[in-house]
Amino acid sequence: MLLRRTCRQAALLITSRRERELGWADRVALRLHMMVCKACPRFEGQIKLMEQAMGRWRSYVERD
Amino acid sequence: MTDLTALLETLRPQLLRYAKLQLRNEAWAEDAVSETMLAAIEKPEAFAGRAQPKTWLIGILKHKLVDQVRKHSRECSLSTDDDDGGAAFEDELFAESGHFRDKPAEWGDPQAVLGQQQFIAVLDACVEKLPNQLGRVFLMREWLELETDEICKELSVTPTNLWVMLHRARLRLRECLQLNWFGKQPAST
Repeated sequence: MLLRRTCRQAALLITSRRERELGWADRVALRLHMMVCKACPRFEGQIKLMEQAMGRWRSYVERD
Repeated sequence: MTDLTALLETLRPQLLRYAKLQLRNEAWAEDAVSETMLAAIEKPEAFAGRAQPKTWLIGILKHKLVDQVRKHSRECSLSTDDDDGGAAFEDELFAESGHFRDKPAEWGDPQAVLGQQQFIAVLDACVEKLPNQLGRVFLMREWLELETDEICKELSVTPTNLWVMLHRARLRLRECLQLNWFGKQPAST
């Protein structure tokens, strides 16, 4: 189980990667999971888009 | 000074809205906005000649919001059993096997989406719809841009709990965007 992650676990690793540095086992496990999973790479794309979108939102709040 | 007065009157509703979005508490939001306005009035020279007075005011507001969060940290502290239904929401999203029940949709080219003002307005509405605890935590990170260890300290949570909360906030936001934006666009792929 050391290097196996479900999508549910992988999703948490994907979103928390920007909050903290993942440990080696999580990093390797996530990489392995992403190679065989069709859903999680899409999820990751969505999360990245949301991250950029929040940057836009921050300037949106300040704009007149 | 009269310009500043007019500006404050015009912008007050917006300041209040964003203060509420962050604090999720009417009284604290009122306090933060009053303090912002007082700070602005005390420094009319800082206002004079600003090209973007709103940016200036929002900057002050963000500092006042951090003050409010600190002041009320005890009331904001999170109990793990009260997570705004976050765990249940995750259970809906994933099957027992841990797989996504529905494969995440293709959202297309970020640049095409991010340039659209309407999309940012939908995002804004989705942030507002976050449950209170999740919304507060999410914006402490994404708007006030506090470091995670500071958020943990203010809310008395462990880092692990904080990551889970931020995760659940993002899952909800993603769902809201799917329903109110991406699911409504003509399929491009």
